[in-house]
Amino acid sequence: MDAVFTVQNVNYAYSTTSDLALNDISLTITQGSRVAIMGANGSGKSTLLRILDGLYFPQSGSVTAFDHPLDEAHLMDEAYAHAFRRRVAFVFQNPDVQLFNPTVFDEVAFGPLQLRWDKPTIIKKVAETLDLLEISHLRDRAPHRLSGGEKKRVAIASVLVLDPEVILLDEPTAALDPKSQSRVVDFLVDWGAGKKTVVVATHDLDTVPDIADDAYIFKQGKIVAHDTPRNLLANHQLLLDANLVHAHHHYHDDGKPHSHPHLHFGHAHDHQ
Amino acid sequence: MGGEAHHGKKRGNFVQRTIDALAEAMERSLYAEQLASSRGILQNLDPRIKLIGTLLLIATAASAHTITVVIALAVVTFGLALLSRISLRTLSPIWIGMFVFSGMIGLPALFLVPGPILATIPWLGWHISATGLRSAAFLILRSEISITLSFIMITTTLWTHVLKSLRSFGIPTLIVVILSMTYRYIFLMLQSASDMFEARQSRVIGKLPDNEARRLAAATVGVLLSKSFQLSNDVFMAMQSRGFRGEVYILDEFTLRRNDYIAIPVILLICGVGFWFNYITA
Repeated sequence: MDAVFTVQNVNYAYSTTSDLALNDISLTITQGSRVAIMGANGSGKSTLLRILDGLYFPQSGSVTAFDHPLDEAHLMDEAYAHAFRRRVAFVFQNPDVQLFNPTVFDEVAFGPLQLRWDKPTIIKKVAETLDLLEISHLRDRAPHRLSGGEKKRVAIASVLVLDPEVILLDEPTAALDPKSQSRVVDFLVDWGAGKKTVVVATHDLDTVPDIADDAYIFKQGKIVAHDTPRNLLANHQLLLDANLVHAHHHYHDDGKPHSHPHLHFGHAHDHQ
Repeated sequence: MGGEAHHGKKRGNFVQRTIDALAEAMERSLYAEQLASSRGILQNLDPRIKLIGTLLLIATAASAHTITVVIALAVVTFGLALLSRISLRTLSPIWIGMFVFSGMIGLPALFLVPGPILATIPWLGWHISATGLRSAAFLILRSEISITLSFIMITTTLWTHVLKSLRSFGIPTLIVVILSMTYRYIFLMLQSASDMFEARQSRVIGKLPDNEARRLAAATVGVLLSKSFQLSNDVFMAMQSRGFRGEVYILDEFTLRRNDYIAIPVILLICGVGFWFNYITA
C-alpha cells in the first residue's frame, strides 16, 4: 500500500516554554486505511491532525504527504498547496470554527470557490453533496440556526464537496446526541468504499471498532500503543493507563466491593 | 420587528436585564429571518432590485415638495409593507420612534418659519405658521417613509442577501465577506455572553451593587475578547484548510426572474411620476 502520510520523529510544542504536545512521533498512514488516534484530552491527537493538514509545522522531525515533504516552504507554492488542499480535508472538532459563511450553501461552496472551480460545477457539486449528507433542506439556513448534529453534517459536507482522498476528523462524534452520532458513524463506515483514507482523533471508544481498522493510543504526546482497535480495546489496563476509561467501583449483592474499567465495548467482564 | 420579540416584565437585576437583552437580540434576528422567508410581494424580489428600488423611492420622497407626492409615496410604502406581511403592530414602534425623533427636530419650524398664522399658543403667545406646519409635516412624513422603506427592505430580505447585493454597487468583495463573517459570529458571541451571564445569574442572590455589575460587565467583555481572538485563529486555519490563500471569492447566485422584470418598470414609473409631479408643480 502507498503511504499517504509518513511522520518521522516529530516534536511539536505550542511555545518555547510549554511541554511537548507531540514527543518523537513516528507513524505511517497508508492509502485506503482507516486509522483511529485515541487519547485523553491533551494527549496530542488534535495537534497531530493539524500537522497532517499542514496547519502546524513541527519544530523537528519530518512529515511527508503523498511522497512530498509537507512543510511551510512547499505549501507556499500555489500549485502544491492547491493539489494538497484538494486531496486532504479536515473536519474540526468545533463546527462553529468551520462554519464561517453566512449560509449552508455558501459554506459548502467555499472550498470549490477557493480552488477556482467554474460556477456551474460548483452549483452542481454543492447540490450533490447536500443531498449525500441529507441536508438539502438547510441550504439557505444560517449556521447559528442549526443544531449540533446539523452543524457537524454541514462541516463534513463542506470538505466532502472537494471529493478528497483523505479526510481528517477531530472528535467527529463529540457533543452529539445518539442519533446524530450514529449518522456520522454510518457515513464514515460507508464513505469511499475502502478507497478513501480516514484518520479520526477520538476518545469515544464505542465508535472506534466501526470506523477504524488500525489504531494508535496517545498519552502526553507519545504513542503508547499501536494495534487493531479490537486488540487495543481489549487491553483494559492500557486504556486505564491512557486515561481513556476510568475504574468503576461498585458493590454487589454479597456486599463486597468490586472494581473494573468502565468500558462499554466488550462489556462482559469478571468481578474479582 | 420589535413587536414580536417580546418578553415578560424585566427585573431590575443587571444580570437579568442583560440576559433578556441578549435573548431579545437573538429573537429579533430569528423573527426577521422568518419574515424574510415568508411569502410576500417583496420577499419574491431579487435583493438587488429591492435595494436599488428602496434607494430610488427614498430619493423620490426626499426630493418631493408637494404634499400630494409625499402622501402618495406614504400610501405606496404602507401598501408594500402590508403586501409583504409586515403587520401594523410591527411597524407602529418604528413609526412612533421616528415621529418623536423627527418631531423634536421639526417642532421649532412651527414657530420660527414665517408665514400666515394658523394659531397662537395661549400664555406663551407663540404663533404657529402655516408654512412652518407644512415644513414640519414634510420633514416627519419624509422621515417616516424613508425609515419604513428601509425597514421593509431589511426585514423582507435575508441579511446575508442584503450584504451580497452590496456587491452590485461596487463594494469590494473583501468588505462584503468581512461584514458577512461579523454577522455570522456575532451570534456565537451573543450566545457565549448569554451563557456567561446565565451562569452568573444562577449564583447571584438579590440585586448586584453597581460597582459589582460594572466589574462583571468588564470581565465578560475581557473573556469574550479572548474567546474571539482564539476563534479568529481557528477560523483562519479552517479557511486555510479549504484552500484560502488570502484572496476572497464568493458566489454571486442572484438571477432576475419574472417578478423582478415586472417590479423594475413599476418602481421606475412610481419614481418617474413623483419627479415629474415635482417638476410641473415647481
